[in-house]
Amino acid sequence: MAKTKTKRLSSPQELEALRELIVKGRDPNQSCIVICGGTGCLALGAQEVINAFKQEIEKGSLKNKLALRVTGCPGFCERGPLVVIKPKNILYQQVKSEDISEIVSATVKGNIVDRLLYTDPDTGQKITYEHEVPFYKKQKRLLLGDNSNIDPTIIEDYLALGGYATLSKVLFKMSPDKVIDEVKKAGLRGRGGGGFPTGVKWESCRQAQGDTRYVICNCDEGDPGAFMDRSLMEGNPHSVLEGMLIGAYAIGSHQGYIYVRNEYPLAVRNAGIAIKQAGELGLLGKNILGSGFDFSVKISRGGGAFVCGESTALMASLEGKVGEPRAKYVHTVEKGLWEQPTNLNNVETWANVPLIIKNGADWYAKVGTEGSKGTKIFSLVGKINNTGLVEVPMGITLREIIYDVGGGIPDNKKFKAVQTGGPSGGCIPESSLDLPVDFDQLTDVGSMMGSGGMIVMDENSCMVDIAKYFINFLEGESCGKCVPCREGLKRMSQILTDITEGRGKEGDIELLERLSATLADSSLCALGSTAPNPVLTTIRYFRDEYEAHIKDKRCPAGVCRELVTYLIDEENCPGCGLCVKACPVEAITDMGKKKPVVLDQEKCIKCGACYDVCKLGAIIRK
Amino acid sequence: MPTKSKPAKPKVKAILDSYQGDPSMLVSILQDVQAEYNYLPKETLTQVSQDLDIPLTRVYSVATFFKAFSLKPRGRHIINVCLGTACHVRGAVRIRDEIERELDIKPGETTEDFKFTLETVNCVGACALGPIVIIDSKYSGQMKPDKVKTLLESYD
Amino acid sequence: MVTLKIDGREVQAEEGKTILEVARENNIYIPSLCYHEEVTPYGACRLCLVEVTGNGRERLVVSCLYEVADGLKVKTNSERIAANRQMIMELLLARCPNNQAIQELARQLGVEKTSFKLDDNQCMLCALCVRVCQEVVGVSAISLVNRGVDRALATPFYEPSDVCIGCGSCAYVCPVDAIRFEDIGDTRYIYWPNNKMEFKLKKCKTCGNYWAPEKELEYIRKQANLPADAFDNCPDCRE
Ligand SMILES: Cc1cc2nc3c(=O)[nH]c(=O)nc-3n(C[C@H](O)[C@H](O)[C@H](O)COP(=O)(O)O)c2cc1C
Ligand code: FES
Ligand code: FES
Repeated sequence: MAKTKTKRLSSPQELEALRELIVKGRDPNQSCIVICGGTGCLALGAQEVINAFKQEIEKGSLKNKLALRVTGCPGFCERGPLVVIKPKNILYQQVKSEDISEIVSATVKGNIVDRLLYTDPDTGQKITYEHEVPFYKKQKRLLLGDNSNIDPTIIEDYLALGGYATLSKVLFKMSPDKVIDEVKKAGLRGRGGGGFPTGVKWESCRQAQGDTRYVICNCDEGDPGAFMDRSLMEGNPHSVLEGMLIGAYAIGSHQGYIYVRNEYPLAVRNAGIAIKQAGELGLLGKNILGSGFDFSVKISRGGGAFVCGESTALMASLEGKVGEPRAKYVHTVEKGLWEQPTNLNNVETWANVPLIIKNGADWYAKVGTEGSKGTKIFSLVGKINNTGLVEVPMGITLREIIYDVGGGIPDNKKFKAVQTGGPSGGCIPESSLDLPVDFDQLTDVGSMMGSGGMIVMDENSCMVDIAKYFINFLEGESCGKCVPCREGLKRMSQILTDITEGRGKEGDIELLERLSATLADSSLCALGSTAPNPVLTTIRYFRDEYEAHIKDKRCPAGVCRELVTYLIDEENCPGCGLCVKACPVEAITDMGKKKPVVLDQEKCIKCGACYDVCKLGAIIRK
Repeated sequence: MPTKSKPAKPKVKAILDSYQGDPSMLVSILQDVQAEYNYLPKETLTQVSQDLDIPLTRVYSVATFFKAFSLKPRGRHIINVCLGTACHVRGAVRIRDEIERELDIKPGETTEDFKFTLETVNCVGACALGPIVIIDSKYSGQMKPDKVKTLLESYD
Repeated sequence: MVTLKIDGREVQAEEGKTILEVARENNIYIPSLCYHEEVTPYGACRLCLVEVTGNGRERLVVSCLYEVADGLKVKTNSERIAANRQMIMELLLARCPNNQAIQELARQLGVEKTSFKLDDNQCMLCALCVRVCQEVVGVSAISLVNRGVDRALATPFYEPSDVCIGCGSCAYVCPVDAIRFEDIGDTRYIYWPNNKMEFKLKKCKTCGNYWAPEKELEYIRKQANLPADAFDNCPDCRE
């Protein structure tokens, strides 16, 4: 790795000189193999691919011709492991270690490996360049775009792109008030869910009475099906640090914390490396760049509790206590961590800050809608063709995200609903798909922007099951302090379980609604008060599904195990035996060639394994 | 695994020292203790309480509040089934049920031979590959109920 | 001093006090379960909900935590408040169907029965005992353990506590009698919902009655720096 000698930088000039030195040492035309080392691609075997590249480069003594960069997630997890050849941006997808020598030799010769290119499912055409892939086309990757230009463990990569120059500008050319004004003017709203105006929060914290001020980065990312924050922290931790530094300067804070969930080991590691490297260069610590401004950052790992993403619970946990929220009649900007003024922002919020200051509020405010500016990263998952992380301009419609970026629903299934906002959000039906993505509009339909989870559901998803899923999740995550949340979620979960297992009764829907009202009104924190959203929105838009479960004891989507039966369609079954092998409990018997198999209902555990493997439609689910 | 009969104390002491005995680092301290012993043995909690000079009730409450901590010895291999939303809509429950059936344990429990402990996690950020099962730190994506048995058998 | 209106009545109050405190001073009833004037308010039972209007906005807050302010308008009851309190009582009734204090309060708030399946607990986890033990007694022998629905009141590891002095303050403060103690002969028994402990009682040198746990007396003696024989006699036999 290119190692520049670590010397504390003591002026903006030294920072700029270092940047020039790094850039000079790099040939912009040299081919660079960029490979995603994010959690998603690693799970798909990216480590073997990385090792194979290293070996291949070593073997052919190609060090001078080919650079290799392991980066964070560029977003297209569905097609991982992903390899991009820079500077041309040739995208290879689903790369295996067997493919490496071919890629290397083609790249050296300036050729392209056709078979590893992405094929547009609509046109059947091969697409060579990353930016031409439909998945990326409608995105606006202000934040994620740099992920593939940076090895997050090498600070020089970030510096080469002008990293920390914005900090330097802030420290030497801007007053704290000016910084706050700029963030306010840009219209940046918190990306952690609530959408609170960031500049206003900073200002209140700056003005609050107190001896010490803290800034915290919330990387708890508790939404169970979202990983935007993880990717930023893993892929570009310095952008988050630079944002925190700028915020700390504006607020007048000298101590920061990054609260990151322990389930993200790579994010913990990369954040730690970034802090260390920034410290060595004097970009953190005392007298940063010779400006007289001091700021340091500590990492605190979460202990696996969704509620600790909530501001007061997070702070309790940082103090080494049980992560219980407290009433926020006095705001945390006034009395937060250790009773001192504390400013908490989400990872993505922090990452937006350097961009705003670098390019100006006017530039930033051009993207988005009246009330929601900039871009938003969503993790697009569920029944969707292009699973992954997408960064889109605010104001884009849900339909565009799902069909243009996401490539629609797999297997020609029918779209049913999209869930946004995680456990605090709601399900949005087909009829609202033309809604623009905007904090206020999503709230109007009973959901919310949330931190960016977007789960697509098709005709085979049961909406009562989804509501039960979120309520069960929240029941397990409630801290248990206040009665409505602890006892109320338990009862909601019981009722929903009864409904999905065929014990639903007349009046259950009304009881759920009554419980919802109490949770919303009287819970101690937003975990409880927003918990009813998944239930209320599914009742609102999919009441007929609830009724089918309750009255007819039927699950229209065929999901609720207790309400479905599997049968063999004897007409269609050629006795191929695939289902026999798939069945984990030996409930299906092979009756010989060309004879339909026999399913023993007594033994059947309704796992659906047979249904999944049968491509002939010979297994019927009723 | 807690091996040998070495007294717990020196290791815990070293961990506490690395945090300068700062009680606000309690969660991190317990994480390190667990990493060392694979769970939180009772004596270690008592010692943490004494050395940090905080009530044992606080240490115990914190240790039982967070899902990441286990007060019981765990198996040689930790199975984590992702029950995050994306994995859920792709059938994660069926995978969990199948593992439960195969090993005859529920989440949070350990097999009698201390081979496996079954746990669940909410999203590990590899949603594209759901349903996901992680054993120790190896990810297996696109799991199907009928692949569970083979997967489990590949561990000893 | 600030002036505010509670249920249309103008009252004066000291700054920094909570609505609940001020209401009590003025004999205005607000139901509550987890509040006690001797310990830090906790805001867990949510029964003390009231509606406040300040800055033109109306919202529900818990009165045991919300501080009074000049010009604040407070409503201690309304249809919405009553519906919330009733649902909370239904939930508590389902949790503790056999607890007399909870049945009593439920009835008082207009709830005769619950819509939910019945469990069988006595404790409703208000943490008054925990706070008294920690803040007033100063020992912290019990706490709330586990999370969410599994939350329970217990000593560490559910084992006899090393630090408990057997004073019984937890039992005194419990609003629903979920903790009890009794002195039989020379022994005090404390029964918590999940465990129990025994304490040896001290015998009075003069009258021979067993009058207080030895551990408690020893604790007080040390705290107050009293001589070794300070508690040889019971209060009745002391000068
Ligand atoms: C139960 C609960 C969980 C939360 N989890 C997170 C989280 O994981 N990450 C996050 O940034 N914000 C989370 N929040 C929101 C935070 O409380 C807080 O509003 C946010 O971090 C503020 O940052 P922002 O203004 O930049 O959005 C959660 C809130 C609640 C009530
Ligand atoms: S939901 Fe399983 S990895 Fe995200
Ligand atoms: S008395 Fe206020 S919440 Fe219990």
